[in-house]
Amino acid sequence: MGTAPIALQYGFFYFFAGLAILCAILMVCGRNVVHSAIFLIGSLLATAGIYLQLTAEFLFIVQVILYVGGIMVLFVFVIMLVNLDVASRQRQFNKQVWLAVLLTIVLGGELGLMTHVDGSIFNSVNAPQALPANTNEVATALFQTYMLPFEIASIMLLVAMVGAVLMAKRRGA
Amino acid sequence: MIPVTHYIFLSLALLTIGVIGVLTRRNVIVILMSIELILNAVNINLVAFSRMFGQVHGQVFAIFIITDAAAEAAVGLGIIIALFRNRETVLADEMDILKW
Repeated sequence: MGTAPIALQYGFFYFFAGLAILCAILMVCGRNVVHSAIFLIGSLLATAGIYLQLTAEFLFIVQVILYVGGIMVLFVFVIMLVNLDVASRQRQFNKQVWLAVLLTIVLGGELGLMTHVDGSIFNSVNAPQALPANTNEVATALFQTYMLPFEIASIMLLVAMVGAVLMAKRRGA
Repeated sequence: MIPVTHYIFLSLALLTIGVIGVLTRRNVIVILMSIELILNAVNINLVAFSRMFGQVHGQVFAIFIITDAAAEAAVGLGIIIALFRNRETVLADEMDILKW
């Protein structure tokens, strides 16, 4: 994508960004939890498109396989396992909804203003046209520079797996 | 390359929507999904800066964050199943057993 014309890059970016934000809004506002899960999948896939536009091909694949194929399937499983009929007929938002929205908009405005005012510092580095052979580079960094964090992450996954099984197991069974 | 500010604003929008979801929804599963959205927003920032500097270290951190999100989702959903078994509810403001 690095050699693609700049108008095409902007087109891709705005398409995927709009899709991601639209799906995210629909996810938060929806009443049906299954629909929320589907919209979250849409948002994650749009984010995967953004990664592809940023020439991060390996992360694109990881996002699709791991997030969409793994985590979201887990979510949908649990949604099917837990009875949500009662909850979907009740109030969906809690009592502090307007205060929370107001405070969040203040937070977003603050961060946005900060980025807008000082944004020029982010663009001072000359980005290279395209990164060479993305998967190679990621593998080299992952297995040489970040070997210890990689092993720690694998231990963390093992602990989380055992913990999840223990948590979801029936007491005494 | 598109200026990195664009990606920061996209990430900011997703973060804001996610925070609104965490703070306002009553359904625990939707709260957990909003947290996934927030982690995803962080990843966009990391990958955009990684592209800007022409190095892959940001992408490696994004992979670690995805690993983290997987672990968090597994444990969180396990907790939700255990909670539903004991309390018969998935609404966050009805789980007030520790409230005085």
